[in-house]
Amino acid sequence: MSEDWKAYVRRIEDLAARSGLQFHPVDFEAVPDSFMMEIAVYGLPVRMPHWSFGVRYIYQLIQRHMGNSRLFEVVFPGNPGHAYLAESNGLAENILVTAHVLGHADFSRNNLLFRRCQEQVSEHIVEHAANHARQIQQAIDTYGRHRVELVLDAALALEQHIDVDQPLRRPKYPEYLPEPKPLVDDEFRKRFAALEPSAPFTAGEVRKRAPVPPHPERDLLWFIATYAPEMESWERDIFLAVREESFYFYPVFATQIMNEGWASYWHARLLREADFIPQQAYLDAIKCHSDVVRPIAADQQIALTINPYHLGFSLWEKIIEAEGLEAARKIMELDDDFGFVRNHLTRELADELGLFRYSARSDGQIKVLEHDLPALQESLLHQKYNFGAPSVAAKHIRVDGTLELVHDHVTDGRGLDPERSRKVLEYVHRVWRRPVVLTTVDGQGSGLELRTP
Amino acid sequence: MDERGGSTPLGLTKWYELFSRGARDWLRHDEKVRDSVREHLPQIVAGADVINDGAKTVRVPVRMLEHYHFRLRRPDDQQGAGQGKAKPGDVLQGPTRQRGAGEKGPGGQESGEVQLLLELKIDDIVDWLWEEMQLPNLKARVGPSEDTDWVREGWDRRGARSRLDRRRSFKQLVKRRGNPHATPSFTDEDLRFRQLARRRQPAVHAVVFFMLDVSGSMSDRDRKLAKSFFFWVVQGLRREYRSMETVFVAHTTEAWEFTEPEFFQVSGTGGTVASTGFLKVREIISERYNPNRCNLYLFYASDGDNSVGDGHAAREALRSVAEDACYTGYVEVSSGLSRQLATETGRLYAELAAAGYPAGSYALNDYDDVWGAVRHFFTAESKALENSP
Repeated sequence: MSEDWKAYVRRIEDLAARSGLQFHPVDFEAVPDSFMMEIAVYGLPVRMPHWSFGVRYIYQLIQRHMGNSRLFEVVFPGNPGHAYLAESNGLAENILVTAHVLGHADFSRNNLLFRRCQEQVSEHIVEHAANHARQIQQAIDTYGRHRVELVLDAALALEQHIDVDQPLRRPKYPEYLPEPKPLVDDEFRKRFAALEPSAPFTAGEVRKRAPVPPHPERDLLWFIATYAPEMESWERDIFLAVREESFYFYPVFATQIMNEGWASYWHARLLREADFIPQQAYLDAIKCHSDVVRPIAADQQIALTINPYHLGFSLWEKIIEAEGLEAARKIMELDDDFGFVRNHLTRELADELGLFRYSARSDGQIKVLEHDLPALQESLLHQKYNFGAPSVAAKHIRVDGTLELVHDHVTDGRGLDPERSRKVLEYVHRVWRRPVVLTTVDGQGSGLELRTP
Repeated sequence: MDERGGSTPLGLTKWYELFSRGARDWLRHDEKVRDSVREHLPQIVAGADVINDGAKTVRVPVRMLEHYHFRLRRPDDQQGAGQGKAKPGDVLQGPTRQRGAGEKGPGGQESGEVQLLLELKIDDIVDWLWEEMQLPNLKARVGPSEDTDWVREGWDRRGARSRLDRRRSFKQLVKRRGNPHATPSFTDEDLRFRQLARRRQPAVHAVVFFMLDVSGSMSDRDRKLAKSFFFWVVQGLRREYRSMETVFVAHTTEAWEFTEPEFFQVSGTGGTVASTGFLKVREIISERYNPNRCNLYLFYASDGDNSVGDGHAAREALRSVAEDACYTGYVEVSSGLSRQLATETGRLYAELAAAGYPAGSYALNDYDDVWGAVRHFFTAESKALENSP
């Protein structure tokens, strides 16, 4: 491929810095399309092997074959960040992508959610993930592919079930209940004790063991790795490796609209201000930009999914126009998609963009619903709550070691899909090695208990 | 490391150009599919169209495996957000299917789903499925007591050129090249030849009669069901018993003997007179086989609707066959309705079994159950055999 774009990287970086973007240095690397595709499938350049990635890989191959998906870049935050650019990109595309990547780098360095997760995971997730892959390969060599696969089946099935509000390296629960407060030895106490002299009041001589878990625990990966009665240490390590990668993926997931919007806003703006770009490349890049942020496919009138690039881009344009860059940077630092959409998607903007809500019946009928801003925001966000997974928590370990899981169907609004859930319980059962039960509700809303045999 | 400045030197390829992790995990996925296909083989292959054209393989469509996660139940009405020119109340898409039909579990087939077409060798399938099956009541009969045969056994460094095992030889070469000082090309030491050994096998001489009712009352589906039962039985038995002979008979109000390929294509119309079939079998036995020298079996498939006037004749004819047979089996194929063998012919076999003859019946209603039928006849009995001294 042409190496021309590399000449522009430094100049775009300078321009970005002058425009107020603050980013860690980024390593740019042009890689073959096949590798781009693998990064998209695995989410990381080097990641643990598992057959489920093979399934995604096939789908991705088909997508590419049908020309539906084209990947220009993938960027990994860190210090330095890593950006992979498709070798098939043209000069204009690469100029655009470079600016886009710097927008991401600014975002991931300053957004609080990213910062907190990077403090936990460190700024070297790419290297960590490669290290996990190597550890797991060693486990495969030692314990055999089949055993490792059973552990990964369970761990990856639970990959969304973490608690990012807790630290990555999390201590065990306290072993004992907190001691009751020492009683104040006041006048009343003395008179009270005098009533029953045979039973002197003794406080906290026997410390009570705390229950495990002390409260419903939604960090299932951590809980199982820490409290499974018969897990081997290498199996626990695999669970914790998956959990660490999930800590990295969470901010990417929870800020997608903001982050892609921010990067798109900046690639458009930097492109406009970059007077050093040849005329033709500039035109090509603008065309490429409009493809990326296009809300509706060219041959369609209506889209039933929202392009996050488009939505984020439009929101940021509005915010910066109305409140200025300083305010926008503040929002970028503090919000995630939930706050971003709820606070800044107004009725006017929704109408301007032509956003609507629809219901799709099980018989295939799709009908547009009436305007309702909070409900529209909800439709945009409901797939993102709780890392996109139902709220399932570990509630109790029975005396015989049975793990009790509970699904919070009130929060989620309906019960779990029983077939799939039963399969997940089977995965978990193989590492927990004692029975696993899960309570949820059925289609009629009455209690349903799923259990492993 | 600064990647920006230098490009990759010529001839030094990056690791990701040599190795595709996606392809590796894809292969692993396919391996798992094969394993699970193997586990569910009976249901999968029973319905496959295998009887035609002496095909050597079966194509089985399979879904991609799903790695399960906790998911919410699919609601009747899903809500989403869209974009474009649409007013409240617009119907963007009319109903396309029955209401409620969208609700499907993991077994459901959602649109856009990819299906793989797995090609399986019939030999392999039979290998997997016939592991524990055998002919019931097999007895040693007077006859040629042993067969001898050449079988492949082991490898040697010398041998006829035609039996050179290239794969093995190549492995040897690769192994030897682990040593850095080794000669890089093939040497005589690397060559491996397949060896043959003479094996003695006890001969059990068996003749299996397959008899099919092709009268008008048998629907196409019934006939196909019966034929696929026969197909898998023939495939399996033929592998287990080298010296097995097969005879194919079909009947309506008359009976004919067919060759195997004809038999699997045969169809007919008209009434049902089962006795003609049994008599035909009887006739063939008398002409060609000595019941004292070989094991005789009869498997009969019908919908059970024998003509009313034939009851007595059929009973007599069946008995006369059963006298000499090691086992007679009856498969009742009935579309949909499970009639539980409460038919003319069903009763005939029940009487036979009650009278102490080795006989058994099975009601086959569905393609999924073809292997159930095969198993019914070829496992239960063999276990009984093992138990007897």
